[in-house]
Amino acid sequence: MRAYNLTHLKELEAEAIYVIREVAAQFENPAILFSGGKDSITVAHLARKAFFPAKVPFPLVHIDTGHNFPETIEFRDKYVKKLGVELIVGSVQESIDEGKVVEEKGYNASRNGLQTVTLLDTIEKYKFDACVGGARRDEEKARAKERFFSHRDEFGQWDPKNQRPELWNIFNGRKHFGENFRVFPISNWTEMDVWQYILMEGIELPSLYFAHEREVFVRDNVIMADCDYIQKKDSEKTFKKVVRFRTIGDMTCTGAVESEASTLETIITEVAATRQTERGTRSDDKRSEAAMEDRKKQGYF
Amino acid sequence: MSANNGDSTGYLDMELLRFTTAGSVDDGKSTLIGRLLYDSKSIFEDQYEAIEESSRRKGDANVNLALLTDGLRAEREQGITIDVAYRYFATPKRKFIIADTPGHIQYTRNMVTGASTANLALILVDARNGVVEQTHRHTFIAALLGIPHVVFCINKMDLVDYDEKVYNKIKDQIESFSSKLDVKDIRFIPISALKGDNVVNESENTPWYKGGTLLYLLENIHIGSDHNHIDSRFPVQHVVRPHSDEYHDYRGYAGRIAGGIFKPGDTVAVLPSGFTSKIKSIEIFNEKLEEAFPPMSVTMQLEDDIDISRGDMIVRENNKPNVSQDIDVMLCWMNSKPLIPSGKYALKHTTSDARCMIKNIHYKMDINTLHRLEDDKNIGMNDIARVTLRTTKPLYYDRYSRNRITGSVILIDEATNETVAAGMII
Repeated sequence: MRAYNLTHLKELEAEAIYVIREVAAQFENPAILFSGGKDSITVAHLARKAFFPAKVPFPLVHIDTGHNFPETIEFRDKYVKKLGVELIVGSVQESIDEGKVVEEKGYNASRNGLQTVTLLDTIEKYKFDACVGGARRDEEKARAKERFFSHRDEFGQWDPKNQRPELWNIFNGRKHFGENFRVFPISNWTEMDVWQYILMEGIELPSLYFAHEREVFVRDNVIMADCDYIQKKDSEKTFKKVVRFRTIGDMTCTGAVESEASTLETIITEVAATRQTERGTRSDDKRSEAAMEDRKKQGYF
Repeated sequence: MSANNGDSTGYLDMELLRFTTAGSVDDGKSTLIGRLLYDSKSIFEDQYEAIEESSRRKGDANVNLALLTDGLRAEREQGITIDVAYRYFATPKRKFIIADTPGHIQYTRNMVTGASTANLALILVDARNGVVEQTHRHTFIAALLGIPHVVFCINKMDLVDYDEKVYNKIKDQIESFSSKLDVKDIRFIPISALKGDNVVNESENTPWYKGGTLLYLLENIHIGSDHNHIDSRFPVQHVVRPHSDEYHDYRGYAGRIAGGIFKPGDTVAVLPSGFTSKIKSIEIFNEKLEEAFPPMSVTMQLEDDIDISRGDMIVRENNKPNVSQDIDVMLCWMNSKPLIPSGKYALKHTTSDARCMIKNIHYKMDINTLHRLEDDKNIGMNDIARVTLRTTKPLYYDRYSRNRITGSVILIDEATNETVAAGMII
């Protein structure tokens, strides 16, 4: 007799597809938050599988800080065409121009924190009642307490001490007018699961994830890509190096790692051997011990 | 050894085991989880450095592995765990999801939540204190939530000189009271989470113990029979209608298999309409499946055009679930606002929504003594009670002990929209 058992990747996939279908069933106007990073690409891929042969019934929403890697934008535009879904861009530059947020100044200036305002404005403008994101619980300690269906009040705030209990596979998406949900179908995946799944499914990724030569400089022991958005100190000299990125965020806060890994197989071997968490290269998390928790409470995804 | 213990090929036959941990305050639960993560090389350097630094600031002599599991600022400040936290680690054999539930505040609510999806419960017992009231409570909840495997870790064996007699006495006590409960598979392991005995590595201090280490057990315990493979149940979650030229007449029923095994060609009945048809195909994306079983998410096409929508259930024609509007449940109350006798609540059961009224409260459970309190009908936060619900429409259900998916409901306060209770159908 054969064993009726799924592999861990198939079981995680089944769980994520179930969550995504639950979003379609319980909400009127959902969207997928798409950053162009591997996690949101994985979520979009799962959404494609969930509704096939119908199209994904949600638009993709990209909060564009204006400081993205050009490779990310190029990938995003190609991917949206392939899926045949609508792309909605929320622009941080617009929020700055409208005077809703003030740009940080100086060497460590980043637009990462400003994203939250643009995200909440975009949700309000399009009246999204659920935003599906690629956050994982293993990423960061505040995220370990996050629900699949994460309730946000009318200000977009997360109240970690007062979350709804989530039992079995029954998700409670009921809300009052003006409130919304963030939904995280790959909550239970680890970085390794995502990479293995990408390999198993043959999912395409932006070239940034693979080893390539680029102009970089070093700041606080982190390799940063040289770009117009970062003010360099006189002592910070650029040089050419073969690097890749483990996560993709803004150019201002995403560090590269020295790596020769140019295929999914070699990346997986590298991820397996690494001794640093993937967000270890993210300066936005290093601002304080509770940096992520504070940003999430304000509405960061 | 590597951080994630993965490589590019070995992952294709890995299984997933979900477990929950329970212990009283100071039983060493956080230390045990820290130990599992640390000894299985699942902790990264930057995480370790961060807790090393925190331990030093707090004046701890050793690196406090328990700090790895504190997520929220308030938890770190107060040194307590408030909410269920999920942890992940993997060995070449299995990937593990730990639902780490706090030991004191809102204990029942959190353990019930963590237990609802678990294959296995780890219950910690302090070897010095032996079986305490909380041990009864944890075991009762594990049994109530139908966790298939329960592992008792007799912890702090180092503080009782690794004495076999101490271990055997606790084991006997647990066996005697758990015989009154419905737990399918019970195991015992003498450990020291602090020193690492029998957690990941076999201990030289317990030569009298012949069982494997905790990690060995977690890696090898048979979980293939944890799902119900007998009663075929497919709650329809979403109807796929592409409206495209290529798939003009396509009508697929998307959902997750809740029980049994479905195959193309099977004769099925659709509830509540009762119409029968044959399964034309079962698909995931562009892949056609020969069979589908829990917990797979699939899309099913039937031979006949039947009106089917979300909330309906596709079952085998000759094996139908129970149907009733009067549902007896063990209810775990999870909200600070107490249950209102004769009150009305929204109810969710699989993919189906209904409303219900609390028709009758039979008794409240004293989960420390397992006594039924028939005169106490005040049901508040963390209470467990046997209750009859009257629903606005018939539910198609199985007993919880037979199927955890078709046998469970949640109650929602219609004013606040909060999930106020979890119910296991009797």
